[in-house]
Amino acid sequence: MNENRNTSSFSRSEPKEHADEQMQNEVPDDNAKIVLPGEVIADTMDILAGKGTFREGSKIFSKYVGVARNRGSVISVTPLAGAYMPQEGDYVVGEVTLAGFSNWGVDIRAPYDAGMSPYDVNEYVEKGVELSKYYKVGELIFARISKVTSNNFVNVATKDPKCRKLMGGIVVEISPAKVPRLIGKAGSMISLIKNKTGCMVTVGQNGRVWVKGDNDTLAIEAIKKVEELAHTHGLTDKMDEFLTKRLVESGKKI
Amino acid sequence: MVNDMATKSKNAKTESSAGRPDGRKNDEPRKLMVKAGVIPRADGSAYVEFGKTHAIAAVYGPKPVIPKHQENPHKAILRCRYAMMPFSVKDRKRPGYDRRSTEIAMVAQSALEPAIFLEEFPRTAIDVEMQIIQADAGTRVAAITAAAVALADAGIPMRDLVSAVAAGRANGNVLLDLTKEEEDAEDAVDMPMAMMPRLGKITLLQMDGDVPLETVEEIVKTGTSGCMKVYEAQKDALKKKYEMK
Repeated sequence: MNENRNTSSFSRSEPKEHADEQMQNEVPDDNAKIVLPGEVIADTMDILAGKGTFREGSKIFSKYVGVARNRGSVISVTPLAGAYMPQEGDYVVGEVTLAGFSNWGVDIRAPYDAGMSPYDVNEYVEKGVELSKYYKVGELIFARISKVTSNNFVNVATKDPKCRKLMGGIVVEISPAKVPRLIGKAGSMISLIKNKTGCMVTVGQNGRVWVKGDNDTLAIEAIKKVEELAHTHGLTDKMDEFLTKRLVESGKKI
Repeated sequence: MVNDMATKSKNAKTESSAGRPDGRKNDEPRKLMVKAGVIPRADGSAYVEFGKTHAIAAVYGPKPVIPKHQENPHKAILRCRYAMMPFSVKDRKRPGYDRRSTEIAMVAQSALEPAIFLEEFPRTAIDVEMQIIQADAGTRVAAITAAAVALADAGIPMRDLVSAVAAGRANGNVLLDLTKEEEDAEDAVDMPMAMMPRLGKITLLQMDGDVPLETVEEIVKTGTSGCMKVYEAQKDALKKKYEMK
């Protein structure tokens, strides 16, 4: 139970930039428009071409199938699909793929494999001891992206109060673009799912969600439903209704 | 001899006034159908129908390159594959890749590459898989059209979509989107072309045969207008995927 509380506090205290983005993404904007690659989204020199856009002459184009948003002087496009690109400070659910002599390899569901140094882990790593004593191949970890170099070499670390090994449980994968929606405003959606199902849920910025608990089937169903309906309004209420109905049907206490 | 020629040209005229076997106008493409997101397990996918030519494309990546020596430290590599299914043609096609499919994969790669911001993903690979389910001429353009939609669907940054269609000449007429029946005409030439419609840049142009220069120009013009029609269908398909829900 204690762990449960811990994870919800994670979703509430996101790093600043992400928290900001989450607010922006939380409620689908009515003015937001679906744009396609190569579509003109602005034709003026007074607006800056933000993320997901490029400029040719006075025109600004979209790079993705996404949602265009104009925030004052900057116009940007949030892609609706795509790979997770690691950013420093992100928390991700990773799988150990390699335990070498001096480092681990971690799959973080990104275009690039990540490495983890023995200096960057929670445990004290004794000299001369095989690294697989601490993290074995195939184990799941909740880790922080500690560094992304200009050449896109990625390092992760578990030297962080929120990071830990994920023992047991099930992993579901959702689109990284839908992660802010699954967490909800100030963690409202994820704590709803946790409270209703009584499961431990850990969401990585890379779209991997770790679920552990007796009612994990329902929790996974709920997570998939949030992903599917990510663009609709009033989703938290809808999910509340859905989960309550399911729990009543199965005769479990709410 | 002169008489013979005269009757021949007369025949050609009557044929041209009779129109195309399927009743299309000369600059009219076949019935177009584009659908995005048909393979849930792929990162991006699309299905395209040009009349009786059906193609499906899937995109995986960007992902780490295996074997590692292929990777480019400055940009992503685009790996295309094209294949026809064994039942896609009348005589069973031996499954797998052959000289023809390897060449088509290569031209498809160079047709798609200019539209993608490959430099955003150094040291990675983007895999594009194209399969022809049913073939009735113009398979490579159907495959490229599907691949472009699949790439956009996979959330890969692009300058523009790539639209492709074939144009050519059969029985003395310049035609858009030839069928196998038309392609089998005695004087038939076929010119598959792909372009980035917004930029108006042609990324694929192939042809073999004997055609006067003016006709080539006419064929390119017809093909360009055809690409625009394909472009509209591609855009509708991508928009529809998210509006339907």
